[in-house]
Amino acid sequence: MRHFLVALLLAFAVPAVAAEAPKRGGILTYMIPADAPPSFDGHREVTFATVHSVAPFYSVLIRINPENPASTDDFVCDLCTEMPKAADNGLTYTFKIRTGVKWHDGTTLTAADVAASWNSIVFPAAGVLSARASIYTMVDSITAPDASTVVFKLKFPTGAFLPALADPYAFIYKADILAKDPHWYEKNIMGSGPFKFKAFELGQSISGDRNPDYYMPGLPYLDGFVGIYAPKESTRIDAIRADRAAIEFRGVPPSALTQLQQSLGDKIEVQTSDWNCGDNITINHSKKPFDDVRVRRALALAIDQWHGAPGLAKVATLRTVGGIVFPGSPLAATRAELEKIPGFWPDIEKSRAEAKRLLKEAGAENLSFELLSRNVDQPYKYIGAWAIDEWTKIGLHVTQKVVPTGPWFEAMRSGNFEVVSESACQSVVNPILDVQKFLPSDVSPQNYNQYHDQTQVDLYNKMLHEPDPLKQRAEMRDFETYTLDTQAHTLMILWWYRIVPYRSYVKGWKISPSHFINQDLATVWLDR
Amino acid sequence: MSATVVDDLPDTRPSVWQAVWKFCRRQPLGTFGLVLVIIIAIAGATAELIAPYNPTANDFAAMTEAPSWEHWLGTDQFGRDMLSRIVFGARTALIVGLTSAAVGGFAGLVVGVSSAYFGGMIDLIIQRLSDIVMAFPLIIMALAVVSIFGPGVHNVIIAITIPLIPRCSRVVRASALTVRSMPYIDAARACGFGATRIILRHMAPNVVAPFLIMVTSFVGQAILAEASLSYLGLGVQEPVPAWGLMLQGGAEEYASTAPWIAIFPGLAIMLAVLGINLFGDALRDALDPKLRER
Repeated sequence: MRHFLVALLLAFAVPAVAAEAPKRGGILTYMIPADAPPSFDGHREVTFATVHSVAPFYSVLIRINPENPASTDDFVCDLCTEMPKAADNGLTYTFKIRTGVKWHDGTTLTAADVAASWNSIVFPAAGVLSARASIYTMVDSITAPDASTVVFKLKFPTGAFLPALADPYAFIYKADILAKDPHWYEKNIMGSGPFKFKAFELGQSISGDRNPDYYMPGLPYLDGFVGIYAPKESTRIDAIRADRAAIEFRGVPPSALTQLQQSLGDKIEVQTSDWNCGDNITINHSKKPFDDVRVRRALALAIDQWHGAPGLAKVATLRTVGGIVFPGSPLAATRAELEKIPGFWPDIEKSRAEAKRLLKEAGAENLSFELLSRNVDQPYKYIGAWAIDEWTKIGLHVTQKVVPTGPWFEAMRSGNFEVVSESACQSVVNPILDVQKFLPSDVSPQNYNQYHDQTQVDLYNKMLHEPDPLKQRAEMRDFETYTLDTQAHTLMILWWYRIVPYRSYVKGWKISPSHFINQDLATVWLDR
Repeated sequence: MSATVVDDLPDTRPSVWQAVWKFCRRQPLGTFGLVLVIIIAIAGATAELIAPYNPTANDFAAMTEAPSWEHWLGTDQFGRDMLSRIVFGARTALIVGLTSAAVGGFAGLVVGVSSAYFGGMIDLIIQRLSDIVMAFPLIIMALAVVSIFGPGVHNVIIAITIPLIPRCSRVVRASALTVRSMPYIDAARACGFGATRIILRHMAPNVVAPFLIMVTSFVGQAILAEASLSYLGLGVQEPVPAWGLMLQGGAEEYASTAPWIAIFPGLAIMLAVLGINLFGDALRDALDPKLRER
């Protein structure tokens, strides 16, 4: 009898502890570590500044489960009603779309809107930038045969398709608006997500009100949100400390976490995760002498990653030495494999001697250049100061130009730079597609190196179509070695580590390896 | 013969050293300011010799170390020696301060004297243009210029120089208007001298006292403006050692855990500006005939 009573008590007690009942109401104020988004268009942009600003206004077709965002394969429907099974030998995916979903202007969302949005992403019209179009090379067609069905036909079967479809930037836009002006969403907001757009003040804030017609029953819990733009880390930390903001979703360095914990004690909680963001130094091949592979390789050889990582991890959101694949993934290079690649050699003196030799051979011994960087503290400020010091050790003279997010993207897209500090940040961990960032500029709009290299494209396509995981891993090594060593197209620096401290009254948000994922705020609630 | 008579006259003008000694005796605060300025100038000029470490070299084994025998002023978040960065920062401050003050002051001198000399429509246009530029506070004007040209040492110098020009020209013009009505200017004109010669050789030297005072104060203003721009992330960029940038880099982030990162660059800025202002005030008193004999 006593055992029965204990069991009965546990049966009631455990759910009460495991899942607190969400409370409705309240306004979530959070910090966005940028001056402003370059545009509101998720299809076009690749920065958190856009996602953290506008994701709450939009729906997507499928997404990573918000209750399990660290997963790499737990996909759930957002606008669809059921995750489809691949048909036609993996070549056809048919999605049934929810009925009764309303746009924020009161009209009804249909499958035609979903198909139009995806067609805009995968097959952008001339003059329209779709930043991730290249990851959908497997897609042959997207159609809406009726008001509640969308069919994706593939050119070849691949397990990379569903993760690609869960892209958090793939907002569903209204077909009529896209047809009239494909650039409309760059400067305007109108979606079907959990929050309705309220106001945007350039460089100040963006805000939204609860969407009472949201299709997920009971969601969102919040009455609204305010995102405050603040590129300076100290401003954001002060805001959380003073309870003017509850959270910053992107991530802070260990020093900031220590400060908050020291001053707020148990009023602060923290979630951490490895981060699907690797810092990379992009070299403009169209500017001399960076068209010379010897010069590019010398830049890589100068940087002592193995000794830099532990130090930078104390002050920056940087932590792990890695190649082009998210460290920890089965497809990532081991340390032994990495150490064969320039920039990862264990003997830094030998590495720098080789760098000097290459520069001399290329006639670029006293090379001077400008490193373009972004006025976001973490980790750009740290990468810039560190890399410049490392390059000084092989006799290079490097200055730094730090610009706001908008001009930074503009300079990269227009090729108006010599060398730029940027990052390869992806959403769902999906290495085969994530590394598309490193494909030539005319294949991947996210690559700003300004070159074409068919050999690299062929290596990638071979890997993409390979069904055997072991062979695919070997082919990933070939692709990586070619990208970082043979051609030294880009320099991988360190991979990031995500630390998100937040006021303990914020509930219902779970961290993932990407700061792009799980940002629609529908499940977030305030316990106060 | 007459030359011999002139040569025989006793020279009553004090030597340079006598003038300096007199200045030091009469202006102790100004002397203190001058000493500060000289120390900073020497530090900036000989930074390579006196700085104990490379100011841009990261040392991950010595990050945010408190002041010690190895690092007298501690280290920053990159493990860089604070003393070395402050010494090299003096160079950046002086380069920006002196260049902006000298170029802005000289351009203001020429514009101000020309404006007074020509008068009429030219004077009117120059003064109204000056009014427009002076309507904006120095730092706002500098921010606008930097946002056009971009950050960096050279652009910061341009950004600070431009708003200094009308400020100097306005003061110089006031003095030059008095000089313009002097008989020797009429005489020069009657001799057929050109406007350039009259402005540069006869008018400009006679407004040099207010000019020097303005230029001195400009150095301090320029150093402060550079520090402000760098603090806002619009001036000198990492890893160049600059006092304002050092404040931007660590002052807020490490204020509680490593306060020396903020304290020492702040002190450097304060002492430099204080020194220049004290010296400038004393110089004004020394050059002002009304105050000179008090």
